[in-house]
Amino acid sequence: MKHVVIIGNGIAGITAARHIRKKSDFKITVISGETDYFFSRTALMYVFMGHMKFEHTKPYEDWFWKKNRINLLKDWVIDVDFALKKLVCQSGCNIEYDDLILALGSRPNRFGWKGQDLKGVQGLYSYQDLELMEENTTEHAVTRAVIVGGGLIGVEMAEMLLTRNISVTFLVREGRFWGNVLPAEEGAIVERHMKEHCVELQFNSELEEIVSDDKGRVKSIRTKAGEEISCQFVGLTAGVSPNIAFLKESELETQRGVVVNKFLETNQPNVYAIGDCAQNTEPVEGRRSLEQVWYTGRMMGETVANSICKEKTAYNPGIWFNSAKFFDIEYQTYGTVLPDLQLGERAFYWEDKTGKICVKIVYDESTNVVKGVNTFGIRMRHQVWNRWLHEKKSILYVLEHLKDANFDTEFYKKYEKDIVDKFNAENATSIVLKRRNWHRILGAG
Amino acid sequence: MKSIRNIGLGLFLSGFSIFIASLFIGKYSISEERLSNLYDSTEEIDKGDTIVASLTKAASEMGLINKEFSSQFTFSSTLAELFKKSNESIATQFILDEGITEEEMKGLIQISIESNSVVYSESLVSVIFPENKTKQKLLIDNTSWMFVENKEYENTADFKNDLGNKVNEINGKLGQEYFIWDNKYSRFDFVKASLFGPVHDNKGLFLLLTFGLCIIGSLMYILPGVVLMGGPGIKNDGIYHDASTNRGWIGILAFGFLFFFYILLYFYPWLIVNWTSIVDPIKGLFVEGAVASQWFLYGLLYCVAMIVMGIRMFVKYRNNRYQIIRTSSVLFFQIVFAFLLVEILPLFDLPAMDLKNAWPLDFDMFFDWNVKGHLDAGTVGIFMFVWGIVFSVIVIPVMVYFYGKRWYCSWVCGCGGLAETLGDPYRQLSDKRLIAWKIERWMIYSVLVFAVIMTIFTGYHSYNEVINPDMVGSKDVLFGLSAYNIREWYGFLIGSIFAGVIGTGFYPILGNRAWCRFGCPLAAYMGLVQRFKSRFRITTNGGQCISCGNCSTYCEQGIDVRAYAQKGQNIVRSSCVGCGVCSAVCPRGVLKLENGTNDNWSRVEEPVIIIGNDGMLEVTRNAPEVAEQ
Ligand SMILES: Cc1cc2nc3c(=O)[nH]c(=O)nc-3n(C[C@H](O)[C@H](O)[C@H](O)COP(=O)(O)OP(=O)(O)OC[C@H]3O[C@@H](n4cnc5c(N)ncnc54)[C@H](O)[C@@H]3O)c2cc1C
Ligand code: SF4
Ligand code: SF4
Repeated sequence: MKHVVIIGNGIAGITAARHIRKKSDFKITVISGETDYFFSRTALMYVFMGHMKFEHTKPYEDWFWKKNRINLLKDWVIDVDFALKKLVCQSGCNIEYDDLILALGSRPNRFGWKGQDLKGVQGLYSYQDLELMEENTTEHAVTRAVIVGGGLIGVEMAEMLLTRNISVTFLVREGRFWGNVLPAEEGAIVERHMKEHCVELQFNSELEEIVSDDKGRVKSIRTKAGEEISCQFVGLTAGVSPNIAFLKESELETQRGVVVNKFLETNQPNVYAIGDCAQNTEPVEGRRSLEQVWYTGRMMGETVANSICKEKTAYNPGIWFNSAKFFDIEYQTYGTVLPDLQLGERAFYWEDKTGKICVKIVYDESTNVVKGVNTFGIRMRHQVWNRWLHEKKSILYVLEHLKDANFDTEFYKKYEKDIVDKFNAENATSIVLKRRNWHRILGAG
Repeated sequence: MKSIRNIGLGLFLSGFSIFIASLFIGKYSISEERLSNLYDSTEEIDKGDTIVASLTKAASEMGLINKEFSSQFTFSSTLAELFKKSNESIATQFILDEGITEEEMKGLIQISIESNSVVYSESLVSVIFPENKTKQKLLIDNTSWMFVENKEYENTADFKNDLGNKVNEINGKLGQEYFIWDNKYSRFDFVKASLFGPVHDNKGLFLLLTFGLCIIGSLMYILPGVVLMGGPGIKNDGIYHDASTNRGWIGILAFGFLFFFYILLYFYPWLIVNWTSIVDPIKGLFVEGAVASQWFLYGLLYCVAMIVMGIRMFVKYRNNRYQIIRTSSVLFFQIVFAFLLVEILPLFDLPAMDLKNAWPLDFDMFFDWNVKGHLDAGTVGIFMFVWGIVFSVIVIPVMVYFYGKRWYCSWVCGCGGLAETLGDPYRQLSDKRLIAWKIERWMIYSVLVFAVIMTIFTGYHSYNEVINPDMVGSKDVLFGLSAYNIREWYGFLIGSIFAGVIGTGFYPILGNRAWCRFGCPLAAYMGLVQRFKSRFRITTNGGQCISCGNCSTYCEQGIDVRAYAQKGQNIVRSSCVGCGVCSAVCPRGVLKLENGTNDNWSRVEEPVIIIGNDGMLEVTRNAPEVAEQ
C-alpha cells in the first residue's frame, strides 16, 4: 500500500492527511518537530491572553488520529533523499515514502539586525515562541516593549503584551499601518484604534540595532533616525518566510519557497509542497505566488489530497477572501482591494461617524463591475459576496441587494441605508435598497 | 477606579461574611406565646389551642419551655421527640373523648364472654357506655358484624383479636389532624417561630449589612469595568489565569458555598431560618406581617443575583446588542413572572403560578394539589391551568420552529436566566469532548422519559381525584406503582439534586449550564423540535473560520462549534440554547445566529466544498466519500 508522508502538522499538512484518509486507504504519516498534535496557530495569542488554554487550540481530540489511522511522529526532518525517496530525522530514524508532501510553514523574518539574537528578542510563530514569550514576560520585569514591523502578527503581539500591562511602541517602516495591504482610509482606522488602546505608533521608522545589557538581554533599541528607546522586550514581526532552510542545498528547486506548478508539484517526482512554504509559479489570475494564510493552506491540502488519491487537480483558490481583528475591530475582505487604486478602478468609501466602521467597494470605472470589498466593523456574508464577484455584479446591483450580504449579529444597528444614501448622493444615482431575501442569499432563485 | 473596585470587593466580602456569620448568631427557645403565634392563627380556634396546649405540655415535660438554645443544630435535634410526645398526648386525649380506651375495651370483653362463648351484642354496648352516645354509635357502626346474631365465634381468642384490631383502627384515626408531622416544613416553621436574638430583632439592619453590602460592593466592583476593561469589545482576558474562573481555589470555594446552600435549602431548611428572617421585611411588603419561607429567600436571592450579574453582563457585552436585549429579557421574566407575580397572585386568591413555566420543566403541573388548587380558584384559576397546557404543547414548539429554543432558554427561562448571568463567568468550563456529548444525549432523554412517565402517573391520579372522586381503591396506583412515590423520586432526584445542587452548585466546576445540557426535560423536548423542524441555525460564514477555538471554548452547552465551522457547515444542534456567545467571541465574524429557511440542504448539510476552493468544486461533486469519524 502506498505510503504518503507529510512533513508539517499545520493546517496544510493536516488537511491533506484528513482528505487522503477520506479518499483512500493509504498509509499516512505526519511528521512535525513542533508539537505532538495539530493546533491552531492563529489562536496562540488567545492562550497568552488567558482566553483559552493550549488544549483548546487543538481542533481535534487526541484520539482522532489513531481512529482515522493517521500516524503522528514528533521529530524534525533534517534531510530528504529524493532519489531514494527517503527522509532522515533528527532522532536518527529513516522513513521511506511513496508520496511526499512538504507542508513546512514559515518562520519569522530576521533581517540581520544587530542584536536580533539577544535574550528578550523574539518573533511569534510557533508553540515554542509562545512559551518563550511567556518566559520573557513573566520571569523578567518588562514594562516596555518595542514591536518591529506593522503587520497582523505585530498587532496581535501588541494586544497580547498590553494584557500584561506592558506598554508597546510599534516601529512601522511604511508611512501607514499595514501599508502593503490596506488602503489609506482603512489603515487610518486601525491606527486610530491602536492609539485608543495606548499603542505608540512610529511610522517611517526602522530598526537600526538592538542594544544589550550586561547579561545579554535587550535593554533598548535604536532606530535608523538615531532615537534610542529603552525596552525589555522586542517583538520581530516583519513578515514571515518559508521554513525551508534544510532543503536549500538539495536538488529540490526552491526560490523564496518550494517552487511548485499549478498542480502543487515540485521538480521532484512524487513530491508536493503546500501551504505557507509553497511558491506557486503558475498562480491563477490576480493571486500572488506566495500566500501565507490559513485558508490557502487548507485549500492546497484538500487539492493535493485529491491529486494523490483521485485525479491530478489544479489548485484554483477562486475569489480571494481574508479576515483579521485589530483589537476590537473586525476586518473582512472579499475579492481584490489593493492598497492603491489601479488604472480604471474606482472606489466607493463609507465610514460611520464613530470612525470604527467602514465599507470600501472597489469597482471598474467603465463597466461598474465590482472587484472587491473591505469592511471594518461590519460582518459580510461570504457566500453572497463570493457569488457577486463570480457573477461580476455591478456596484449598483450590489448596493441594491446589500442587505443580503449583511452578516452582523441580530439586533445590531444596520448601515445599509446610510451606505446607499451616500452612494446616491455622490453619484447622482437612485438606488433603492431591497429587502433581504433568503432565496437570493442561498442562490436558490 | 482600581481602588473603587477594591473597596467594592471589600464591601462584598464583608457583606458575605456577615451573611454566613448571621447563620450562627440566632437564639432559639420555646414559649407558649411563640407557640400560639405559630399554631393559633388557624381559623378553627380550638384546633390551634389544642396543639399549643399539647406542645406546651410536652415541652415543659422535656424541660424545654423558655430554655435558650444558641444553635439551631442542638435546638432542632430536640424536635423529633417533642413532636412525638405532643402527638401521643393528643392521641391519648382523643381516645379518652372519642375513642375506646383500654379499660373500656377490657370491660367490653369481660361482659361479652359468657362461659367461653361470645355474646357480644348492641345491648352490651349500651351497658358499657350508658351515657356516651358517640362511642356507642362508633362501636355499633364498626363492629355490628361481630354481634352474636351476625357471627358465631368458635373461640373467644378470635373475638378478642377482631375487637382489638377494630379498636386500634378506630383509635388510630383519631386526632391525626392535630398531629405535627416531623418533616422539613414543620421543622422550618417551628424553628423559625422559636427564633429570637440579634438577627431577629434587627432584621432591617441585617438586611442592609448582608444584601445591602453585597449589592453595593458588587456594583462598585462591576461598574468601573466600563473604564477599566477598555472600550466595548470581547473581555475574556485572563479568564484562564484567574483562580475563580479556571477551577482554581476560588472556584472550589464558590462551589462549596453553592453546594451547601442548595443542600440546606432543599433538605434542611430549618437550619437557615436566620437567613429567612433577614428577608422578612421584604416579604412584609407583599403581605403585612408575613414571614418569609425558604422559598421566598431563594426567590429573592435569585433575583438579586440575576440583577447584579445582569448588570455585569451589560458592562461586559456592551458592544453586543443581542446580549444586552437578551439579558434584559431574562431579567424581566424572572423578576415579573417568576418572582412578583408568584407573590402577588395569591393575594387575589389565585394559585401562585409562574406563568412562563412550561411542562415538563414545570413538573408538578399535573399534581393533584396543583390541579385542585386551580379548579378551586374559579374561572381565572382554570384559565391559568389551561394556559399552562396551551403554552407547553402549542406555544413552545411553534416558537421553537420560528426562533429556535433560544427564545425560551436564553430569553425567558429562570434557570437559563441564572446561568446566563450568575453563571456567565463559568461558561468556558463545560466539557467539549465527544464523550460528554454522548453522555448528554443519554441523560437528557432519560430525564425526558422519566418526566413523561411521572406525568402519566400524576395525571392519572389527579384525574381520579377530580373526575372520579368516588372511585374505590387507591386513586394514585397504576400498574402497581403509586403516583406519590414516583413524583417524590422525581422531585428528589431531578427537581432538587439535578436542577439545584448539580445544576447550579456545580457552576464553578461543570460550567453554567450543566442542568440545561444534561438534565432539563423541557430542553430535551425543545431540542428535538429545534434539530428536526426549525428555521433556526447558526450560519457558518463560508470559509472564514481559522479554527481558533474561541467559539467551542465559550460555548456553555459544550458544543464543539469549531468542528462545524471549520468544515463550512452550519451549526444545528438540539442542545444549542442560542446564547450567541460563540458568535460574539469569534474573532473572524464566522458565526451568525439566525432564523432562515427550514430546508435540510442549506440548513444542516455539510457543503460540497468550503467556499473558495473552486478547483475542488467540480471533482468533489461527482465523488461520494467515506465520512470522517
Ligand atoms: C500568530 C499568528 C497569527 C496568524 N493569524 C492568521 C489569521 O488570522 N488568518 C490567516 O489566514 N492566517 C493567519 N496566520 C498564518 C497562518 O497561521 C499560516 O499561514 C498557516 O498556519 C500556515 O500553515 P502551514 O500548514 O502551511 O504551516 P505551519 O502551520 O507552519 O505548519 C508547519 C509545521 O511543519 C513543521 N516543520 C517545518 N519543518 C519541519 C521539519 N524539517 N521537520 C519536522 N517538522 C517541520 C513546523 O514546525 C510546523 O509545525 C497567522 C500566523 C501566526 C503565526
Ligand atoms: S471562533 Fe470563529 S474562527 Fe475561531 S474556530 Fe470558532 S468559528 Fe472558527
Ligand atoms: S452554540 Fe453558540 S449560541 Fe449555541 S449554546 Fe453554544 S455558544 Fe451558545
